[in-house]
Amino acid sequence: MTGERLRAWLLIAPLLALVTAGLALPLTSLLWRAVENGETAQALPRTTAALRDWDGTSLPDAAAFLALHADLLTASEESRLGGIARRMNYERAGMRQLLLGTARVPGTPAEDLQTRILAARPDWGEVVVWRFVARQLRPTTPLFLLNAVDLTLDGEGEIVHAPPEEALFRNVFARTAWIAGIVTLISLIAAYPAAYLLATSGPRTAAIAMACVLIPFWTALLVRTTAWFVLLQNEGPLNAGLIWLGVTDRPVQMIFTRFAVIVAMVHVTLPFVILPIYAVMKRIDPRYLRAASSLGAPPWTQFRRVYFPMTLPGVRAAAATSFVTCLGFYITPALVGGDRDQLIGYFIAFFTNRTINLPMAAALAVALLVGMAALLGLARLARPVLSRVARA
Amino acid sequence: MTRIFVIVAGWGVFAFLTLPLLAILPLSFTSGDLLILPTPGWSLRWYADFFQSSRWLEATRNSFLVGFATALIATPLGAMAAVGLDRLGGRTRHMLTALLSLPLLAPVVIAALAIYLAFAAVGLTSSFAGLVLAHSVLAAPFALLSVAATLEGLDPSLMRAAASLGAPPWTAWRRVLIPVLWPGVASGGLLAFATSFDELVVALFVAGPNQLTLPRQMYGGLREFLSPTLCAAAALSSLLSVGLLGIATLLRRRAVPTTAEELA
Repeated sequence: MTGERLRAWLLIAPLLALVTAGLALPLTSLLWRAVENGETAQALPRTTAALRDWDGTSLPDAAAFLALHADLLTASEESRLGGIARRMNYERAGMRQLLLGTARVPGTPAEDLQTRILAARPDWGEVVVWRFVARQLRPTTPLFLLNAVDLTLDGEGEIVHAPPEEALFRNVFARTAWIAGIVTLISLIAAYPAAYLLATSGPRTAAIAMACVLIPFWTALLVRTTAWFVLLQNEGPLNAGLIWLGVTDRPVQMIFTRFAVIVAMVHVTLPFVILPIYAVMKRIDPRYLRAASSLGAPPWTQFRRVYFPMTLPGVRAAAATSFVTCLGFYITPALVGGDRDQLIGYFIAFFTNRTINLPMAAALAVALLVGMAALLGLARLARPVLSRVARA
Repeated sequence: MTRIFVIVAGWGVFAFLTLPLLAILPLSFTSGDLLILPTPGWSLRWYADFFQSSRWLEATRNSFLVGFATALIATPLGAMAAVGLDRLGGRTRHMLTALLSLPLLAPVVIAALAIYLAFAAVGLTSSFAGLVLAHSVLAAPFALLSVAATLEGLDPSLMRAAASLGAPPWTAWRRVLIPVLWPGVASGGLLAFATSFDELVVALFVAGPNQLTLPRQMYGGLREFLSPTLCAAAALSSLLSVGLLGIATLLRRRAVPTTAEELA
């Protein structure tokens, strides 16, 4: 490496270290956090060892019973048993009772412990239960990733549909994509004439219009959401205006609705959509349109065949930015939406900060990232088709 | 005809973008207890309330503190990396720029969760150090891009000219590179400060009760009780961020003849 290159790398290294340690590695480790299951094996080390060479078809030997009992006692003394029991109970109902009950069986005398455990808790006589425990002791579990798409594991380890009261995430993912799509579409339709006006007005008008785009662009997302939160209240200025105009005689419920979510999200994404479209429009040479006109194209044809296709790169960039940004929205829907208008980001935050089910939060984040990548890939594949449609 | 439609639609969109923000201002000066327009009268009581409330003041102080610390870390790292990247060519430069821009691309909830899990493992959650580090990660790409934009306008022959006139490398840096770069660096610093000052989601995940920031206090207020003090806080904070980012843009325009699209 030459001195010049070395110096360049040394200059980059501190930021590279910060971004790698502060974000790139944490993001990659999300995948691991979504499947990791080390806690159970760690809390039940003797059982893990005893079941290592178990064939999985016949009942384990007395040593396994002793190991399990000893582990459960230790876990109970260290107050870890409750967590493990609850975790296993997610997947197999009755496991909590079974584990807590087994820990209460007296450990002495050791000779007939197996018989006494089987007498107190006959479930341990079933190979299925032992197979379930053995699966729990593996270092990884697909459970949370499956849960993120409304699937789960039954007691036998087969993948099955989650019970209806827990199956909500497919719905939330679909809602997230749907709202992101609607918001992007509305933003594109609204942004196009606005960007055109920006690109074609005189310098004075364009400066005022640009300020109208940049001021919200520079204002914090929370402040903008606050503004909508205030405006859309039942006693808020917007309802007061509607009543004053005689459009309605009672306040219209706007806050905590899907409508509020879409309006506030469009407000947030619009500058991101206007600016790239404006950038490509600004670069379009007006002589193209004059050429089209002199060749006899009427204005609509000029727009459809010449102007619009030239703005497509900006439209595409804007649409992708807006859509991806919307998929990750959390604060705006949380403040102005109702229970049924929350996006996937809300649930990631919910599982992290409220119920502290971290593997579930990580699994939802992984599912969202995979979904985003898939949608962006699809969009890239669809690009030639879309351009052909636009040029037709 | 078409032109009239475009003008009406365009200005409709510009009004939609600005009016909700402008509505906050009169509401924050109301003399009443309710957020209604027209206001029953004008007063500064809600601003007085803001400046007399220990929670709002503590949150403001914390936000300034975290913002300054973030700018102090993110700006030099971003500026150094921009200079370094400028000297690397081709694919390495593209790949590194993409990697270093990761904080701009990752959805913020996912970034917040990832940072929270990583910081919890090393005991950095619920601390000012952790919050500043997390904000530095998010803010550094802005500093990087800001300085990179200035460097793009720099004629590389300037440094060679300085060298051929006998200037030792340090003098060339001091007399040529730094005077050209400083508007980009200053603008990057303002961007970094504003990023931290306005940031909510990562603060919600990573910070603890002792690191109350202005956005967190506003968010908590919105969920509990909607008081005009909140509008005063929103008005103050948006004035600050619009001012800072406006200055940042002017600085960059002064540095290189930027086109309007680079404002974004």
